[in-house]
Amino acid sequence: MPSESRSERVEVRKTYKLYVGGAFPRSESGRSYVVSDAHGRFLANAALASRKDARDAVVAALKAWPGWSARTGYNRDQILYRIAEMLEGRRDQFAAEVAAAEGLSRARAEAQVSAAIDRWVWYAGWADKLAQVLGSSNQVAGPYFDFSVPESTGVVAAVAPQRSTLLGLVSVVAPIIAGGNTCVVLAAEDRPLPAVSLAEVLATSDLPGGVVNILTGRAAEVAPWLASHLDVHGLDLTGIEDSALAVDLERAAAGNLKRVLLPEQEPDWTASPGLSRMRAFLETKTVWHPVGI
Amino acid sequence: MAVFEYAPAPESRAVVHVDSHYGLFIGGEFVESEDGSPFKTVNPATEEVLAEVTAAGPRDVDRAVRAAREAYEKVWGPMPGHDRAKYLYRIARIMQERSRELAVLESLDNGKPIRESRDVDLPLAAAWFFSYAGWADKLEYAGFGPDPRPLGVAGQVIPWNFPLLMLAWKIAPALACGNTVVLKPAETTPLTAMAFADICRQAGLPAGVVNIVTGAGDVGAALVSHSDVNKVAFTGSTEVGRQIAEAIAGTGKRLTLELGGKAANVVFEDAPLDQAVEGIVNGIFFNQGHVCCAGSRLLVQESVYDEVLDRLKQRMTTLRVGDPLDKNTDIGAINSPAQLAKIRELSEVGAAEGAERWSAPCELPEHGYWFPPTLFTGVTQAHRIAREEIFGPVLSVLTFRTPAEAVEKANNTPYGLSAGVWTEKGSRILWMAERLRAGVVWANTFNKFDPASPFGGYKESGYGREGGRHGLEAYLA
Amino acid sequence: MTTMDTLSGVAASASSLRRFLHGLAGVDQVGAEERAARLATRSIKTTAKRFALDLAVSMVDLTTLEGQDTPGKVRSLCAKACRPDPSDPTVPQVAAVCVYPDLVATAKQALAGSDVRVASVATAFPSGRAAQVVKIADVEYAVSQGADEVDMVIDRGAFLAGDYLAVYDEIGAVKRACGGAHLKVILETGELVTYDNVSRAAWLAMLAGADFIKTSTGKVQPAATLPVTLVMLQAVRDFRAATGRQVGVKAAGGIRASKDAIRYLVVVNETAGEEWLSPEWFRFGASSLLNDLLMQRQKLATGHYAGHDYVTED
Repeated sequence: MPSESRSERVEVRKTYKLYVGGAFPRSESGRSYVVSDAHGRFLANAALASRKDARDAVVAALKAWPGWSARTGYNRDQILYRIAEMLEGRRDQFAAEVAAAEGLSRARAEAQVSAAIDRWVWYAGWADKLAQVLGSSNQVAGPYFDFSVPESTGVVAAVAPQRSTLLGLVSVVAPIIAGGNTCVVLAAEDRPLPAVSLAEVLATSDLPGGVVNILTGRAAEVAPWLASHLDVHGLDLTGIEDSALAVDLERAAAGNLKRVLLPEQEPDWTASPGLSRMRAFLETKTVWHPVGI
Repeated sequence: MAVFEYAPAPESRAVVHVDSHYGLFIGGEFVESEDGSPFKTVNPATEEVLAEVTAAGPRDVDRAVRAAREAYEKVWGPMPGHDRAKYLYRIARIMQERSRELAVLESLDNGKPIRESRDVDLPLAAAWFFSYAGWADKLEYAGFGPDPRPLGVAGQVIPWNFPLLMLAWKIAPALACGNTVVLKPAETTPLTAMAFADICRQAGLPAGVVNIVTGAGDVGAALVSHSDVNKVAFTGSTEVGRQIAEAIAGTGKRLTLELGGKAANVVFEDAPLDQAVEGIVNGIFFNQGHVCCAGSRLLVQESVYDEVLDRLKQRMTTLRVGDPLDKNTDIGAINSPAQLAKIRELSEVGAAEGAERWSAPCELPEHGYWFPPTLFTGVTQAHRIAREEIFGPVLSVLTFRTPAEAVEKANNTPYGLSAGVWTEKGSRILWMAERLRAGVVWANTFNKFDPASPFGGYKESGYGREGGRHGLEAYLA
Repeated sequence: MTTMDTLSGVAASASSLRRFLHGLAGVDQVGAEERAARLATRSIKTTAKRFALDLAVSMVDLTTLEGQDTPGKVRSLCAKACRPDPSDPTVPQVAAVCVYPDLVATAKQALAGSDVRVASVATAFPSGRAAQVVKIADVEYAVSQGADEVDMVIDRGAFLAGDYLAVYDEIGAVKRACGGAHLKVILETGELVTYDNVSRAAWLAMLAGADFIKTSTGKVQPAATLPVTLVMLQAVRDFRAATGRQVGVKAAGGIRASKDAIRYLVVVNETAGEEWLSPEWFRFGASSLLNDLLMQRQKLATGHYAGHDYVTED
């Protein structure tokens, strides 16, 4: 960091902690690690999450799941839209953080932030429409009313993209929760700060604690504990760049037949996402009922 | 004198400011009429004049359509869906922020109880904009092809029974799909539309996307027959709906209609009785019975007739009729002297045809337009009050013996908007739902609306659906 | 409507009692809750509020049911029951004080000369899980100590297992043991869970001779709720229409704010009717509610919000 001249104001620097159950704890391990910008300059110390932090995050996500999934789609829509409102209010902060994390020009960073906010708005509007688009009433050959509805899978552990620190992050998190799931997110290892700031946005947006939990740290250390955790129902491996690790995690996920989303190499995050990320963590429930007097 | 008298609990009028004069909202601002004339809008509970409004003339209508066309060509049509979405979200949010003010305004102009405007009309209107905002950038998922296009300019005419809500039902999907609109509110209830115009300005909605022309039936006729309107949407009486359909024949204009009804509310012997009674009361007395989908015919299974009627009458004695701005009022004023005359006339017909009339004793205010909640027993299918839409707080009670008979009687009408079914037996609910020729079937509930749920009629209750992805169809090519 | 004659035969056998209870009209959960929520929007102001607050105070069964209750605590509560607001003699007395059986005598002594009644819980309150002989002895002891009212718990285990006749017989036995004391029958609605069960249990208790039906012990969540009380009020209304006998309703547990208490009065008023609007036919089982009622009364009188230092903590 350049030394401050005597006439400049000494700033109050933020402490970057974990976001679990709606609160901001440090890692129970007491560890932290150095986060640098794209040019290797010191930005901050981030909490280095341990397996116990991951365990606590899963507890929080599991506890939040019944309430979150029971809310009406309209209610989730409004909460997610509120998050977009909060993000918009903090454009400048996020632009600065994304620029520093990814080594982007201010203008390119701002474009990323705009896209991230718009992405969030897009997903917000899905919350009350999934049943109409993905569900159906089915014309079975008998006197039965037969319908299929999408339902949330449960707790999803997600590894955020390593390089797209806000747009990519949002593109992974929003579809998970729009459908009623809760999640534990492992932020980009070397560029975690925008994710922690996102946590601050979530904490001020009426989003119930535990719906999204954000850990900062090493995927190789923490992800295996999430992949094998029997209270985790879905696994999003988007941000795993080590293909051997990805295979190990997929194998571990088989233990309780988690729904797995495989890693994507450098996707174009600006492209329209389609339904696949929401579908990945939605179940289909079919109900039959006789029709008669 | 009751043991527990509820003291007056008036909602304050101070929260809303009503201008003394309103022009027309064209091209993003309020403008004076070229060839129209002023008229007054009145508070039906007190008969006081609320404001002077402008009845648009033919040149005004033309100006409005031209403004809509220009906005469509230059701004709204080319605008990407995600940007249209953001304007609609803004409108939804502002409606939420200003909901108390809008609710009071609605009750003043329409006569409905403040509790209803506050708890039903406003939340639903905002929700409609919220939900359709989310469709604006997802049209390719709605089931109408990979790149659905808007129609152009929509001419929309709405009724006086749910002024702001009907405005939301019309404008939200139209704008979400990329159309621009010219809307005509009912002549007796223009004020919340005027407030909505202000909301459009606050939201920064581009000029000409929404235009509002006030006036009576002639203004509506001019609007729907204007040659540069691509799509017509009308909610109102079947009679006028028929006229519109005739008028636009051969023009290629798309048309959706949401018209009258004479819904049957069917109560079986195994209904959850107390909740069924609530459903009957809600079905016909909610909004003073000014509801197209009102459960105006009670079809009660003969074996539980006495029990249901006893409970119903007892329940009706706790309905509070009076000042719409009192938070404890259940039944407000009838919207206009014309409507009151119609309700009275048909009630006289009912008595003359031999049905037995009953109302709970209630004191009606001296000024304003009032009618007590009323039921007629001994009604049969052949009675006029079983066939004609009264559009007031008047319930006709008929009986039936078997499910098949209930279906037959329920369907025996040119209308087909809604129906109610009350029974604890799931299979019978579904069996009835399958056979009722009605666009909306409510089972063990009534008068439920949601922007995600398609609403509309069969037969002479109209065609087209509002709500859900189905509601987009009317506004897409 | 059924006549008195028909109903007296209803408990002749386990199967006929079951058929009767299962033949009652069902309760639609969503409809019942919507009705209660709509009634909760009533706006009770000024003179109506003053009336409701005073009425609510007079309907309170001021309650202490803790393992750590002592004679001192009970005496303190009784003083409050007689004189809820030392600074305002116009405040009515509460209806009763509610304690465990072994503190009835203390309460009786402390309330001597007042109209405040002594209610005692009994029958192995709150769980009700004890041999019947123990439960009856519990009642007899409370009555012998001077209890004016007995709040018993039904055997929820037997009810949920479908043994309605056992529940009915037990209530009958308790009623006889009460002698002249009034019997309130606690349904423990939080454990019955469904409104259909609440409706059936209410009818069961009334058929068996309850003077009052009561929602909860206050030891299980959820305790009293507006919709559950609505369902019980509909039951007492229908029971009177069928048999001519009026039964009271007590809402207990979780009612802390005056606003909520007033909502209950509105529900009573618009469901069972104004004949239930007196301490003889409706009660609140509460402890902290009383202070909130007093603070609301003070606000109406002074025009400004009251403070916790201006009501007594007992």
